[in-house]
Amino acid sequence: MTTTGVRADARIVARADGRGGTALPVLDGEGPLALRRIRSSGAETRVMVVGAMSGPLGGDRFALTARVERGARLHVGSAAATLALPGQAHGEARYDVRLDVADDAELHWLPEQLISAHGSDLYVTTRAELAAGARLVLREEQVLGRAGEEPGRLTSRLTVRVAGRTVLDQELSYGPGAPGGWDGPAVLAGCRAVGQLVVVRPEFADHPAEARVLGECAALIPLAGPAVLVSAVAPDALQLRRLLDESLAGLTRTAP
Amino acid sequence: MSRAALLVLADGRFPAGGHAHSGGAEAAVKAGRITSAAGLEDFCRGRLHTAGLVAGALAAAAVLGVDPRQLDAAADARTPSPALRSAARRLGRQLLRAARAAWPSPELDALGVQFPKGAHQPVVLGVAARSAGLAPEDAAYCAAYESVSGPATATVRLLSLDPFDATGVLARLAPELDRVADRAVAAARRALDEGVDALPAASGPLLEVAAEWHAAWPVRLFAS
Repeated sequence: MTTTGVRADARIVARADGRGGTALPVLDGEGPLALRRIRSSGAETRVMVVGAMSGPLGGDRFALTARVERGARLHVGSAAATLALPGQAHGEARYDVRLDVADDAELHWLPEQLISAHGSDLYVTTRAELAAGARLVLREEQVLGRAGEEPGRLTSRLTVRVAGRTVLDQELSYGPGAPGGWDGPAVLAGCRAVGQLVVVRPEFADHPAEARVLGECAALIPLAGPAVLVSAVAPDALQLRRLLDESLAGLTRTAP
Repeated sequence: MSRAALLVLADGRFPAGGHAHSGGAEAAVKAGRITSAAGLEDFCRGRLHTAGLVAGALAAAAVLGVDPRQLDAAADARTPSPALRSAARRLGRQLLRAARAAWPSPELDALGVQFPKGAHQPVVLGVAARSAGLAPEDAAYCAAYESVSGPATATVRLLSLDPFDATGVLARLAPELDRVADRAVAAARRALDEGVDALPAASGPLLEVAAEWHAAWPVRLFAS
């Protein structure tokens, strides 16, 4: 029986290959954060987090960093949802994601959902650091419990910085032991799926997106910087994904 | 200076325009998410631990002397909804006017020059408390209390809720308000050394999203 959790580190570096494509000089990851390069199209290179074991479990420490250098285009997805589970090791699990995107580089960070299973305790941080001319599409979805299950404790902090200025800093906290009112009318109102889609484009600095209401539980909102946030709360993961997909498609159609 | 200044600053009749805002309660009532005193309590508890905690920490940090420009930028990053950001600036501008009359100070004057469109209300609240000689704890209490007293008062009007029930809600939240104020001040002290990233960023997704929905209504009783 293990008493300390698993440590897993993964690193991706994407670099322009000089022929209009993107190379991956660093692609390191194993165990729960195993990485695979998959078939790509055009200038964009695709990486999949395949996760060869379950987790994070209580006490685990996961860290994933991706650096996209000038002129490179990287798309990162995951093969399956991440399932936070209770572990034999006590204490909270940590999952820290660090994303760095240079000028004239683009990152699509589109992992599958993070599911908080009953009894789990996870603190996840995602910090994206962008140069002024960088582009980003980032999606995060938190699902509270598997079907019909009470959630575990989940805290998620998302920070997006552009040219050294923080344009979004948001911490969401749910489940047993979270600060009171998390399931009430100011936070979730009984919904079980929450999502954020962040799109950063240098063009938004001169032509900011217009705020758009997507029903009473979702909105597309321009942030204080060259970025928009689609924030959505939905009864389940499927309805949430549909909302975020439609919003992203809408933003892509209007891309300058 | 006198601690009684806190009573003046926290008084619902302090002429800073707060009565025109429901703190998201109007949208939550319309959406059917607040229908009773129990629903109001749930709403207020969620708002206290998210927007209330952040506001308390911003206000306390301003009392401690953290640069208002950095605090205002931190408030922007923690308030994705443009409707809420503009409401916070409007309230900040109104509070600044009242505070300059009550506790004139060069710092309040400077705030008016730096932010012609208004700074976020909790930042102004902190600088006002500082000008009144109050402590960071006082400002944190004031901001955290405002995060629940506004919705409670508004819900009395919106639902014709019994004012005694609404006051009962606020009284029951008092122990949690103590804890939120403590956390806010602790974070503000960290921000003094580590910068504004150390401030809490707790967020209620429905507060943000519903504020956008509310701002799009043609007719509404409250400004936010």
